[in-house]
Amino acid sequence: MSAQQDVKHHEEPASFAFDAESEAQIEKILKRYPAGKEASAVIPLLYVVQKQMGRATGSAWVPRVAMDVVATRLHMAPIRVYEVATFYFMFNTKPIGRFHLQVCGTTPCWLRGSDEVLRACKDAGALKGYGDTSEDGIFTLSEVECLGGCVNAPVLAVDDDYYEDLDYESTVKLIEALKRGERPTPGSARGRLCSAPEGGPEVLLDIPLKAPADAAGRKGE
Amino acid sequence: MPLSDKDRIFTNLYGIHSWKLQEAMRRGNWDGTAGIIAKGRDWIIEEMKQSGLRGRGGAGFPTGMKWSFMPKASPDGRPSYLVVNCDESEPGTCKDRDIVRNDPQTLIEGCLIASFAMGAHAAYIYIRGEYYNEAVVLQAAIDEAYEAGLLGKNAAGSGWDFDLYLHRGAGAYICGEETALIESLEGKKGMPRLKPPFPAAVGLYGCPTTVNNVETIAVVPEILRRGATWFASFGRPRNSGTKVFCIQGHVNKPCNIEAEMSIPMRELIERYAGGVRGGWDNLLAVIPGGSSTPLLPKSICDDVLMDFDALRDHKSGLGTAAVIVMDKSTDIIKAISRLADFYKHESCGQCTPCREGMGWQKRLMDRMVEGRAEIEEIDLLEGVTRQIEGHTICALADGGVWPVQGLIRHFRPVMEERIRTYKQKHGGGMPLAAE
Repeated sequence: MSAQQDVKHHEEPASFAFDAESEAQIEKILKRYPAGKEASAVIPLLYVVQKQMGRATGSAWVPRVAMDVVATRLHMAPIRVYEVATFYFMFNTKPIGRFHLQVCGTTPCWLRGSDEVLRACKDAGALKGYGDTSEDGIFTLSEVECLGGCVNAPVLAVDDDYYEDLDYESTVKLIEALKRGERPTPGSARGRLCSAPEGGPEVLLDIPLKAPADAAGRKGE
Repeated sequence: MPLSDKDRIFTNLYGIHSWKLQEAMRRGNWDGTAGIIAKGRDWIIEEMKQSGLRGRGGAGFPTGMKWSFMPKASPDGRPSYLVVNCDESEPGTCKDRDIVRNDPQTLIEGCLIASFAMGAHAAYIYIRGEYYNEAVVLQAAIDEAYEAGLLGKNAAGSGWDFDLYLHRGAGAYICGEETALIESLEGKKGMPRLKPPFPAAVGLYGCPTTVNNVETIAVVPEILRRGATWFASFGRPRNSGTKVFCIQGHVNKPCNIEAEMSIPMRELIERYAGGVRGGWDNLLAVIPGGSSTPLLPKSICDDVLMDFDALRDHKSGLGTAAVIVMDKSTDIIKAISRLADFYKHESCGQCTPCREGMGWQKRLMDRMVEGRAEIEEIDLLEGVTRQIEGHTICALADGGVWPVQGLIRHFRPVMEERIRTYKQKHGGGMPLAAE
């Protein structure tokens, strides 16, 4: 849990309540699971909490009181929710910066230069290293394990968005844009189309397509 | 003859076209689905067996056989479930991501057919939490399928009622293990269950469950449309079909590519990924199937085939077909050591040999990177990995020690040289650190 080591003491809010946007999401989520199995919704609800905290405070994290609220809502013992919130790496149990810079450092990204991505994050984001939050509270830097974008390595995730095929310069550019309040389009910094090779796809260029009406006519055949 | 586009199942792997339903139908998805289902459960399972499809999530278990373990009827009224594993967290692997974001209807149609074949009226797709944008697309694709009547009551006019749900994980490699995934889906920590009972008897919510990888399910409709013989015509016997490979690391053009099974590794890398950086002779080693599969030195890579059996013959494996290429500039000890870090980080902590062993292995590998060790410690390391292997509930620890075993098997002289160099620099007689 490198993101959560050496973090200074933080204030826990005294209370937490879902807002209207969250309630609407929860209503949808609970429909996915059979009656009596609402504990399945614990991860989804912890996400709802984290997103709401992000909206409300600019820091997407899960306070302890919110875990209690989730426990009550799902008829679970609070400890079962604490267990889940601390087991899964994507829940921040302490406040974080407005942007969560997550550098993938696993071998496939390391082979393609993730050390340079890390250096760029530290330089441009004024960050001392993994686990650090910048003085102005804009960035938190974490190392994450394989993000599953390996043919577009190295990958940096900013919150939920993957920025791919990075090097030192393109990472600095990205972080400077975030500071200006811009949100560059996620994806390849080298202009690649998803996982296709650089220079453009060499296969799948000649896929026969049926006429739209024909395809629609087969619906439910 | 390289695989031609007409034999590729994932016609939109790169997102050249839209993922939307109408476009997917123009590419041939959902063509005659009800007709396939009308042929019945036994026909589907037999056809899957004949196709030779082996699970694409890493273990390579025959898919048709796995489905046949599901109960035919439910005397006690328990429902059956299909659970699709989209936790895709094995370092090097990023194929399911493309299927989900660019070709989601292949998966959704596969879910309906597979669920029918195992008697399930509901399925869950468990997608790793980091794939947020991918989950947004997949949910939209599921919603489109519902609106078009392809899911829900009388799905696709098949007479079979079927609901499909998406569930996001939250960053835990262990949840790719099928019973840990089930635990996670039930709202618990992702800690693997003891088997037996196997999920086909007692799985999700205590009900019969089959867990299949995304790619495994997504190829089903096309296999059944074109026939088992078509699919089995690619690759060697017992290794049949087409497969999405993720070619990465020190190649000129990293990419995902659907190619035929049993393609020579060198041809795969040179035809589709622009070759090894600096040329084939600059190759040091390849991890052929994701982080858990032991690396192979160039001498083996020269003529090895990319399939389950050929790679197993070299004490490695096809795994998830994530081909991690390392050229001669690579610090091979560091590359493997970083994988040891990964497994330490991802151990769920349930079994002692894994919880303690992955940390011990990482600390010793850290010293091996520096050379701050004794030559005998290489044997100690090898010996301890043998004690860890096979002594845990799930295969995470096995996958964690195999890369290190592979390093020792093929690069022991490099490790010894590193230790000698360190000793020359710092003087010999270093006391062993208490680990």
